[in-house]
Amino acid sequence: MLGIATLLILGIAMAFLVLSRNRAVALAGGQLSALHSRPSYHGLYSFLWASLVGVGVLLVLSLAGGYFMQATLMAQIAGLMPDAPQIERELVLSDAAALSSGGIPSRVDEVREAVAARFGTLEAVRLWGSALLAIAAALGTGYYTYLQVSTTWRARNRSERIVRLILLVAAVIAVLTTLGIVLSLIFETLNFFNNIGWRIDKFLFGTRWSPLSGVHSGEMDPDKVGAIPLFVGTFLITLIAMLVAVPIGLFAAIYLADFASPRVRAWAKPMLEILAGVPTVVYGFFAAITVAPFIRGTGESLGLSVASESALAAGVVMGIMIIPFISSLSDDVINAVPQSLRDGSYGLGATKAETIRQVVLPAALPGIVSAVLLGISRAVGETMIVVMAAGQGANLTVNPLEAVTTVTVQIVMLITGDTEAAVAAGPAFTLGFTLFCVTLALNVVALRIVRKYRELYD
Amino acid sequence: MVDMAELSAMHGSQASAQRMKKRRSAELRLQIYGILAITLAGAALVALLWSVVFKAAGALTETYVTLPVTLSAQELDPDGTGDPAVIGRADYGGFVKDLLKETFPSVTDRKARREMYDVVSAGAGFELRSKLQDDPSLIGEQIDYPFLASDVTDLYLKGSFGRLLPQPHSGNLSVIPSEDGKTAQILTSSNDFAAALSKVKLELIDQARGLRRQAAMQDAGVREFERRAANATSDEVRTENANQAISRATERDRLIALAEELEGRAASAGGTEQLTRTAPTVLVRVDQGWVKLTEINATGGVGRVVLPIEQTDALPADDWKMYLTDLPENARKISDNQIVLIEDLMARGAVETVFNTRFFSAGDSREPELAGLWGAIVGSFWTMLVTFLLAFPIGVGAAIYLEEFAPKNKLTDFIEVNINNLAAVPSIVFGLLGLAVFLGFFGVPRSSPLAGGIVLALMTLPTIIIASRAAIRAVPPSIRDAALGIGASRLQTSFHHVLPLAMPGILTGTIIGMAQALGETAPLIMIGMVAFIVDIPTGVTDSATVLPVQVFRWSDFPERAFEARTAAAICVLLVFLVIMNALAVFLRKRFERRW
Repeated sequence: MLGIATLLILGIAMAFLVLSRNRAVALAGGQLSALHSRPSYHGLYSFLWASLVGVGVLLVLSLAGGYFMQATLMAQIAGLMPDAPQIERELVLSDAAALSSGGIPSRVDEVREAVAARFGTLEAVRLWGSALLAIAAALGTGYYTYLQVSTTWRARNRSERIVRLILLVAAVIAVLTTLGIVLSLIFETLNFFNNIGWRIDKFLFGTRWSPLSGVHSGEMDPDKVGAIPLFVGTFLITLIAMLVAVPIGLFAAIYLADFASPRVRAWAKPMLEILAGVPTVVYGFFAAITVAPFIRGTGESLGLSVASESALAAGVVMGIMIIPFISSLSDDVINAVPQSLRDGSYGLGATKAETIRQVVLPAALPGIVSAVLLGISRAVGETMIVVMAAGQGANLTVNPLEAVTTVTVQIVMLITGDTEAAVAAGPAFTLGFTLFCVTLALNVVALRIVRKYRELYD
Repeated sequence: MVDMAELSAMHGSQASAQRMKKRRSAELRLQIYGILAITLAGAALVALLWSVVFKAAGALTETYVTLPVTLSAQELDPDGTGDPAVIGRADYGGFVKDLLKETFPSVTDRKARREMYDVVSAGAGFELRSKLQDDPSLIGEQIDYPFLASDVTDLYLKGSFGRLLPQPHSGNLSVIPSEDGKTAQILTSSNDFAAALSKVKLELIDQARGLRRQAAMQDAGVREFERRAANATSDEVRTENANQAISRATERDRLIALAEELEGRAASAGGTEQLTRTAPTVLVRVDQGWVKLTEINATGGVGRVVLPIEQTDALPADDWKMYLTDLPENARKISDNQIVLIEDLMARGAVETVFNTRFFSAGDSREPELAGLWGAIVGSFWTMLVTFLLAFPIGVGAAIYLEEFAPKNKLTDFIEVNINNLAAVPSIVFGLLGLAVFLGFFGVPRSSPLAGGIVLALMTLPTIIIASRAAIRAVPPSIRDAALGIGASRLQTSFHHVLPLAMPGILTGTIIGMAQALGETAPLIMIGMVAFIVDIPTGVTDSATVLPVQVFRWSDFPERAFEARTAAAICVLLVFLVIMNALAVFLRKRFERRW
């Protein structure tokens, strides 16, 4: 319904585009230079106004209608079943929606049927009302702009201003996204802290994590929301990943930048790019099906007991994922060190290795450090590998052969678990907010380091 | 003045040659580290791809069991209506079970029957139903219908549960069935079962080793409790620990005695052994009849009749067969009975393996043999469509604004910093954003490609903006100056001249961003696209799943057959990614201009 309405509005706008352009041509009377703006701009002006107003009205009315509907229906349900808790009322509402749209409700009873009937009428009013009003608005605006067409009408300047405004909105969407992230995370985080009585210290420094056990009517136990096991697990896996990725990535970058023949570069670079393009879920599968059993088998043949979801397996595979990231960023900064520095070093009699160690690497160090920091930020935020290959129980240990859990694993478990969304959202969003802050800080620091210590040679 | 003699001594001396050698070897070392690093990365890539492709091979084929079936009108459509709705109401699961009972009338035991039903997929009946609903005229006829085999059957035929190894034999066979026909005595004229017996004895040695290991643990316990008893301060503790030590010692001695007995049996030649679930299975076959041995000696033994066998006397070696499984029954998902039934069906020519088209045309299912990828592919298509329609115009618009129009002020700086930071936000946080804002606040349907597309669009936006800005910046200023010089407005300059020239670069960046989005999993899990969805989505508001999430779901299932399907799904995903990246490379090579 709403999709058809949108298409209709666009059709109307197109029609006014043609109408206004033709009117401009007619007004010019064969001599186009009599017009201030070319006819197509008159058309564009009508099109922009008609479509923007139409779609805008449609969006606002259908959303506002939705809220109004929800509010009235919830009021009706509250009247019909005053003793039921909020969650059951919501269930009734979703069942009623299913009933009236021909879906399968969880139960059918009188209350649900009554609400479903009301739902049907309101929904019809909402859809038809917003569609008709929006189409009317598009028609009205289109006609108004059609009437405005004249030889002196500055259609080009006006439509260009609208287009520039649209472009600005596009650029601002990135800011709105950040704002949306921060607001949604903060809102739930504050809720959660409020829930545990503002014992933020318990969250940051507590060592027991099982937030959903012993939840009484939404109240959480501050002693069970200690996130230290998650932080330690995340740190452990990240450390293993960086121990794999930094040496391999850095040596590969040094070799490719200063030693490799063009032929080696020609296949080694695409190889690293392929490694970078493999989806993380594939790495997760690799870690869970191939690497973890391999590490477990090797450990057992050496007489060590290795958990089947060991931190080592997840960390090593995550390291492999980050190799291309480190190597390509380091390759860039090593290549950015001017050739004159190298030539000077060679001229003093240094070998290639000495030049790299004593001239190139010091010059490229800020870039390499920032690459490593960005790599850490990726490892901390990586989800699929750890969800598939790391453990799920909060286990406070630094033994890489044991199963540990991470912040991202807990977010996924909380959100996809069976617990009521309203209860699980608190700890999940709080962990998400922590994650967001940590990665943001790492990025800012990485950029700072590059800005502050970058040597400018030109 | 430099003392030339000293200088030449410095360069030509023994010490300097050594220094030089050291410096050269340091150089070599660095190179070796570099080569090692690249080799390791390459090895990781090869291991990754190999493990996926190797495992995916198993999902390429599926197995059918073709049985003659009488579609009795009485059972399926008693009133002869020919109405699909009536035909659909018949009990097809029971129909297939009855058919199997008719095919193997000798299988009467409850457990054996349940195992027999598992040879054919649980979905086979539904397929027969839809075939009959499409063509009711078949009812009353007798046809050969291919029933989809279960995942266990399929995996057995692919060798995942070991194979039946034919054993060499030379003697004549005599079979004497018991009176009720449930067991049979087997006898050969030569020592044909000696080899099998020795394998069973190897198993005994293994068991004995296990027992000795347990005994060693008990022994350690004995010593520990003795030590505690010796160190104990009170009598009570001392006696308690001493008692513990004594009970452990008895247990140890019992285990050692057991182990010794097993080893004795293994060492002695001949004798009779029981075949348990931990020993390899020995099967004897005469025509259609199969016997599974429960007791074995060098010349034969006693066995359970799996499929009826006739009494024979001195059957020549060419007319009977003997098999050994390479895995014991408790180490595989398939029972001996099922192996016999499948082998019998194969001997009848009823088993057929074909290319698995279902995998590419069906929706998801909880039964591995019925599960397909098409639902996920279509879901990915809708999601990518939404992502593209949102991310491309917004990304390009933002890039144009920032490059061509934005005044140099605080707001612009802020937007730029924002975009760069957004590019590094973990993807799961975008999932939380989608959950809170689009699902919670705007009421976008859960699990729908619309919600997934919006979230992925926001996530790819920074990639597209950054790539588009680079492409626009690469267009030389002379183009802009020329356009402005002949009277074009700034907007006309941007849209008519700069944008077309920057388009190849923009498209390359967009495709790379879309490829990232196609492989993204975590944010979609957050907005419920991980639900179990059987139907193929028909629009952007239907519940759907996408390829990488399907991979994640399947990898979580315990059935072994899903492993091959997960790997195959990964291969499909990788093929799509390779195509997209190849397209990006092609665009860059073909259209990119250097000014």
